Amino acid sequence: MSILVVMEQRSGEWNRMSWEALVAGQQLAAAMNTTVSAAVLGQGLDAAAAELAGKQITRAYAVEHDLLQEYTPDAWAAALRQAIAHSGASLVLFPHTYQVRDFLPKLATSLGKVAVSDVVAHRIENGQLVLVRQLFQGKVYADFRFAVEGPNFASVQAGAYRADLLAAGSAEVEKFTPALVAGEIRTRPQERFREAARAVDLSAAELIVAVGRGIKEPENIALVQELATALGAELAASRPICDAGWLPMERQVGSSGQTVAPKLYMAVGISGAIQHLVGMKGARTIVAINKDANAPIFEVADYGIVGDLFQVVPALIEAVRRR
Amino acid sequence: MKIVVAIKQVPARDSQLRIAASGKWIEEDDLTHEINEPDAYALEAGLQLKEKHSGEVVVLCFGPERAGQTIREALAKGADRAIHIQEEDPGAYDPLAAARVMAAALKTESPDLVLTGLQSDDLGYGQTGPILAELLGLPHATIIMEVEKIDSGIRVKRELEDGWFQHVEMPLPALLSIQSGISKLRYATLMGIKKAKSKEVRRVSAADLGGKPAAAVTLQRVYLPERTKRTQLFEGDAKTAAAQLVEKLKFEARVL
Repeated sequence: MSILVVMEQRSGEWNRMSWEALVAGQQLAAAMNTTVSAAVLGQGLDAAAAELAGKQITRAYAVEHDLLQEYTPDAWAAALRQAIAHSGASLVLFPHTYQVRDFLPKLATSLGKVAVSDVVAHRIENGQLVLVRQLFQGKVYADFRFAVEGPNFASVQAGAYRADLLAAGSAEVEKFTPALVAGEIRTRPQERFREAARAVDLSAAELIVAVGRGIKEPENIALVQELATALGAELAASRPICDAGWLPMERQVGSSGQTVAPKLYMAVGISGAIQHLVGMKGARTIVAINKDANAPIFEVADYGIVGDLFQVVPALIEAVRRR
Repeated sequence: MKIVVAIKQVPARDSQLRIAASGKWIEEDDLTHEINEPDAYALEAGLQLKEKHSGEVVVLCFGPERAGQTIREALAKGADRAIHIQEEDPGAYDPLAAARVMAAALKTESPDLVLTGLQSDDLGYGQTGPILAELLGLPHATIIMEVEKIDSGIRVKRELEDGWFQHVEMPLPALLSIQSGISKLRYATLMGIKKAKSKEVRRVSAADLGGKPAAAVTLQRVYLPERTKRTQLFEGDAKTAAAQLVEKLKFEARVL
């Protein structure tokens, strides 16, 4: 058995979650007494493969083809099926990126397998690999095992493994050219684009007060704004608030919004879905105000008040003004 | 345009969850259930496409008998008919086995477009859409914000990471998993609720479709997360708790 980690890059730029997945691969290889290699897909990968070869892995596969210039699920699944067979890996790990979410289930299905997606931790129990996932938006955890022979597939959640633990080494680069047919690629991706430039740079804010679903009505946001003003903080929000148009998208924190690391992050009425947590868990001090004591936000909070925000926030505004 | 929308019934979002005695799932009997919220957005997208291009919206649901209520609600919102694959223990099916049954149910339907939500609120694999696409031999795209009909098929807007987007074109038939929150969800009207009662719900058992429980991955046990971080909680009335919190932020965390 051996492990293969599939890295993600675009125009020579790594998706940084790839390094976390590689750390997961190194740790699993050590725990299971096996070896780990890594693969990267694209075209013109010399620099990327050379960088990869400087890590503690057995082999750096550069999977190159003209049809891998732009991402399509058809090309990625076909190329990886061949690369995985060629590598002989029995466990294939991925970073849980948007791109991986798009093609991994298709790839696994084409081999009759089920990928364990969004893994947060692993253990070895009686020589068997146990993968931990979150259910019910982080309220419940579950242990999973592969029940069939490899190759098996898993993707690793952002922030679950620390990229700074990546071990350096020296590996050989191997180029692999998959057989791909242009006519079998059914989707036609267009240019990537960004919408209106951001006017609010939350990443520079020292203090942030963020509001979530618990606020119930758009007119109640004024209450949280008042708290932010009293603290001299920027106002931010979780995704549902921006989706509803109650606050502009540029104030959204999370995987589809901004990533912030302020001195103080106060989450008001935010349950803490993982997509939100990845955007703010780097804050130095986290405060959660929520009526549900089991809300995942309390997993990352340093301080918390379990209660009705419509009572707590006015009291907090008063206490802040008195300080 | 014939559109199939796959929906799932899950425990209501604000449910207080307890682990079942088996340790393999949560205690579901005393919970209320509702449509998986991401699927509600897929349904909304399907209904809007039908309004624009005419055609039919068929709801497809794999779940126990109680999911019939969620199906009725989808019909009341405007879906034309439904296929309910009844299975009292859907948890015995892993995502691939569940999708195989759903693909079998769609064999005689040949839809132009299949829509799913991004992921379920309970198991959260986020895989049913692309798995179903592969089984049905359809091109697919995920995390879709907009769908536009063009001569050669459809043009969709995909969300990428860090505020990036991309348009993707593909021929029909196709499968899309729809991003949550992209539009305002409609409510069922009184008229809609009345009409729903006479709409067709085809009920088939998973076994009739050749489905059988299967687990290429097995769920060993579920448990409540252990706290990795110690949260200092302030209790009592709001005023006292707020005062204590400000005190700590000022003198312990020193962030104020």
